[in-house]
Amino acid sequence: MAEYLRARTVDEALEALARKPFRILAGGTDVYPAAVGGPIRDPILDISGLSALRGITREADGYWRIGALTTWTDVLRADLPPWFDGLKLAAREVGGVQIQTAGTVAGNVCNASPAADGVVPLMAMDAAVEVSGADGTRVEPLDAFITGPRRTTRQPGELVTALLIPDAGAPGVSDFLKLGARHYLVISIAMVAVVLHRAPESRRIVRAGVAVGSCSPVARRLRGLEAVLCEADAGAPLEDLAQENHFAPLSPIDDVRATAGYRREAARTLVRRALSTCREALA
Amino acid sequence: MTFDSPAVTVAFTLNGRPARVVTQPLRRLTQVLREDLGLRGTKVGCDAGDCGACTVLLDGEPVCACMVHAGRLDGATVETVEGLARDGVPDALQSAFLRLGAAQCGICTPGMLMSASALLRRNARPTEAEVKDALGGVLCRCTGYSKIVQAVMAAGGALPEAARAEAGQAVGARLDRVDGLPKVLGTDLFGDDFPPADALTVRVVRSPHHHCAVKLGDVESWRRAHPGVEAVLTADDIPGRNCFGVIPPLADQPVFARTRCRFKGEAVAAIVGPAAVVEALDLSDFPVTWTEKPALLTPEAALAEGAEAVHPERPGNVLVRGLVRRGEPETALAADDVVTVSGTYSTGFIEHAYIEPEAGWARRIGDRLEIAACTQAPYMDRDDTAAIMGLAPEAVRILPTSVGGGFGSKLDLSVQPYLALAAWVTGKPARMAYTRPESMATTTKRHPARITATVVATRDGKLAGMTFHGTFNTGAYASWGPTVANRVPVHASGPYLHPAYECRSVAVHTHCAPAGAFRGFGVPQSAVAQETLFDELADAVGLDPLEFRLRNALTNGQPTVTGQVFAQGVGIRACFEALRPAWEKARAAADAFNAASDGRTRRGVGVAGMWYGCGNTSLPNPSTIRVGLKADGTLVLHQGAVDIGQGSNTVITQICADALGLPVERFTLVGADTDATPDAGKTSASRQTFVTGKAAFLAGRALRAAILQRLNARDDSRLDLDGTCLRAGDRELDLTTLEADANGFVLKAEETFDPPTAPLDENGQGEPYAAFGWGAHVAEVEVDTELGRVFVRKLTCAHDVGRAVNPTLIEGQVEGGSAQGLGLALMEEFIPGRTENLHDYLIPTVGDMPEVETILVEDPDAHGPYGAKGIGEQVLIPTAPAILNAIRHATGVLIRDLPATPDRVRAAIKGRG
Repeated sequence: MAEYLRARTVDEALEALARKPFRILAGGTDVYPAAVGGPIRDPILDISGLSALRGITREADGYWRIGALTTWTDVLRADLPPWFDGLKLAAREVGGVQIQTAGTVAGNVCNASPAADGVVPLMAMDAAVEVSGADGTRVEPLDAFITGPRRTTRQPGELVTALLIPDAGAPGVSDFLKLGARHYLVISIAMVAVVLHRAPESRRIVRAGVAVGSCSPVARRLRGLEAVLCEADAGAPLEDLAQENHFAPLSPIDDVRATAGYRREAARTLVRRALSTCREALA
Repeated sequence: MTFDSPAVTVAFTLNGRPARVVTQPLRRLTQVLREDLGLRGTKVGCDAGDCGACTVLLDGEPVCACMVHAGRLDGATVETVEGLARDGVPDALQSAFLRLGAAQCGICTPGMLMSASALLRRNARPTEAEVKDALGGVLCRCTGYSKIVQAVMAAGGALPEAARAEAGQAVGARLDRVDGLPKVLGTDLFGDDFPPADALTVRVVRSPHHHCAVKLGDVESWRRAHPGVEAVLTADDIPGRNCFGVIPPLADQPVFARTRCRFKGEAVAAIVGPAAVVEALDLSDFPVTWTEKPALLTPEAALAEGAEAVHPERPGNVLVRGLVRRGEPETALAADDVVTVSGTYSTGFIEHAYIEPEAGWARRIGDRLEIAACTQAPYMDRDDTAAIMGLAPEAVRILPTSVGGGFGSKLDLSVQPYLALAAWVTGKPARMAYTRPESMATTTKRHPARITATVVATRDGKLAGMTFHGTFNTGAYASWGPTVANRVPVHASGPYLHPAYECRSVAVHTHCAPAGAFRGFGVPQSAVAQETLFDELADAVGLDPLEFRLRNALTNGQPTVTGQVFAQGVGIRACFEALRPAWEKARAAADAFNAASDGRTRRGVGVAGMWYGCGNTSLPNPSTIRVGLKADGTLVLHQGAVDIGQGSNTVITQICADALGLPVERFTLVGADTDATPDAGKTSASRQTFVTGKAAFLAGRALRAAILQRLNARDDSRLDLDGTCLRAGDRELDLTTLEADANGFVLKAEETFDPPTAPLDENGQGEPYAAFGWGAHVAEVEVDTELGRVFVRKLTCAHDVGRAVNPTLIEGQVEGGSAQGLGLALMEEFIPGRTENLHDYLIPTVGDMPEVETILVEDPDAHGPYGAKGIGEQVLIPTAPAILNAIRHATGVLIRDLPATPDRVRAAIKGRG
């Protein structure tokens, strides 16, 4: 019989984690699929009742805070600026409606699948992870927090309590494209997210985020491309700025869904398309 | 805060009423509902959030109940399918599902209903796109989704009235499915839905390797060390023969392997005990030693010189070969003045992926066994299980449950031997339901095929010769491998006139899961090769693909490749002609689109034809139907043709009703209980409407004759049944005055039909089937050429069904079969040991299916009831080649290795240069 503890407060959860390396149960959409045909044997800390961790708020310090238990349906229904559209598009692609209703944003991040739909737009938005522990809270950039497939820097005594997204303070747009062999309920072959912000009074791009998923052990940002985009005029054909060398951070593999070579090419095609969509939206 | 708590008490609102359960906090809500509260309308398809069958509303939002833990339920609101109807009266959505044919087998229906209910509460008049978004998380394998989407959109408006048919007018009417109400209410009883309350649970120990030596240790000591485990069953416990198989002379599959496992997932033992004990067991200490051995996973490996024999008695690993030969194809292929095309093709294992995993229960009653399980073949189950148990066939009673999809795989035994043995040995009832991975790893699959074919035509576009060689991976055991190897040579010609033809097939053993029956028995694979080669040939001779097919399509009076000549009923030409308007319009539209396109997106239109023999190939194939009146006026139809969702309960009743001359609603059905109902054969080979339907026709007519004789009434008398008063014209009879037989019948008829066939000779010449079904599909696709992603925009499907007994049900077959064809073409491939779940193995979702337009052609067959022919498998065969031809039309590339996944399509487009 697995040990089970239902936390009533964040502090209670942290106290428990300080004592013992519980497996954390929130929406259940990763814990239960891993337990088909057998019982759950890990000690379980149930945080699904921590309503304080649910919801999206704009903080006074210029950050958007997505509470750890915010579901993908919550994201879809939230009133958010246009540069969150890519995140909303990703929310619609996390499984079916049933998964979106139950699955949480932090769960998607902590599960650290190379094909996590939510991680890609969050990375492109410069999201950071708020990790709470007995000694307080630390904030780590998302691309540093996830270190490999199913691996993060979260320590056994820690709990992810929110995702933090900086507000660029400038008008922005975003896009997310997911490529799979079917519609709905599909693990992606490749996916990309692009977030662009332009100067309030001109078409100059002041911030660019481009991330690619399912083409490396952890979703990767294309920093070289982002740097080029930051110099660009939003009216120019941005898609032509994406060059082969910008995709060097990717290391796709062959698997049942596609070949590595295909993934590399598809990532570039998707990035070009997302840039094109964002350019049109910015213009 | 609770530590190590064995149980929690949760109080929540369930369907508007307070509910309180004491349960394990990590127990899945599906188990709480089904096992603790007895609400079995919520179905379990995968336990992994991949299928959506268990969708319920939690605080008003759709969730998969399999991933909701009991510990979070306190204070929550839960709504299940049981909460939709009021006093057994379906709500508007349920009524729409029933009326529009949205429930076929019914296993996904509760999940669909709950997902749609959540949408409709938010949005009473949703668009089609909104409906698809809402249903995208629920898989259906039967319907192709069209009728489900239509039902959700119709639920907010006025529904059409239920069709009513006067006596004698049921055939051809769109009657509601006679077994449909429980399916939409969620009260239908599938394999895991009504186990005896005290049933023990059975769990099977299975090989982790494709091929290994196995040695069991001291299982009895292990059992004693695990309190609560009542029995560990092994080969030593089998009272009869440790061997089964659907084709008795080739039966080769052990219930429990003794020394060697030949595929990953093969059973070696079964553990029996209370569910809580058995499910919690950690089997890592089970006393078994596996010694992995090199595995032969492809026919190429298994046929290689010196390859180890999977079965020592079948050296060379060849299970069976098939041949049909007519004329001199070598001469035709060598001629100077012909145009030649050839190609090599490959297809993979295809999983049936019904949403109901195999499940059932059994109990021992004295020296008899009762087994209730989902099945397509009750009498075959009975006989094979009896042999395993060392019992007479009559000592085993098979009670088929409702079947949540079958498509061929539930013809073979799955849970039955384990249940039988567990109940027999322990003396207590036993139950089991396969997990999704267990179902996928261990039950039969569609055969992977490797095909090489060459076709030649004269320059004016007449077929001159064809050769075809197909190698089929039949896996570790025989199953239906011989049927595939025999059907393919008969059908690989397609429905065309071939002057010279040779088709050879071979079924090869490997260390893979057994390949068996799957809708079409190898013909969908062969049609991919033949129908796409025909498009290349049409191009080569400069003919429109539809014109080329019409020029070569069989007609009445022409010999098939087995030399069979039909004087009537050859409907393929009519199917092609029926498609001509859609074909011409779609081709022109695609050409116009492409002319205006920058090339990134291109459209294409493809066509493919099909023929498929109804019933067993040159083998006896009888069905028996019993119908009779009881003294209380009950009209009982013993309907033994198992309804796996295709609609035999309804269709057989419609046929019998018209033959008898009483309306359908007067009938009371008794299902395929082998103690009560005569053998109507297996639900397979597209034979139930054709063969059992004919038996029902004969039985209905015979009962009518008996009534007329008894009442001394004229042949054309109108029958009427009013309580116990039976009238024929102006004559009447009180049924209570008649003497009842042992079964309570006062008037009864029982008739058998066995379609006439003739054996095939050494060249495959003969009359394999009494009738064929004919059809053709037009597929319209759009290809994203940069990504290789294919979207099917529309399917137009013409089928000669002889007589459409129930057009709604036939449309459901066409829509669902073409969805499986789409999956075969674009996304489905089972890889043993790798894709044993419904997120790595992809079947089409509601978002993948386009509009399907069905055109019913009715060229009556002389043997079929009211002219009806089979339709169940026919519908799947032309879809994949039509899609592949459409991709070729769009892009110029023909994908010969299926599925046509984005990376393969893209690679082919790049390779085109």
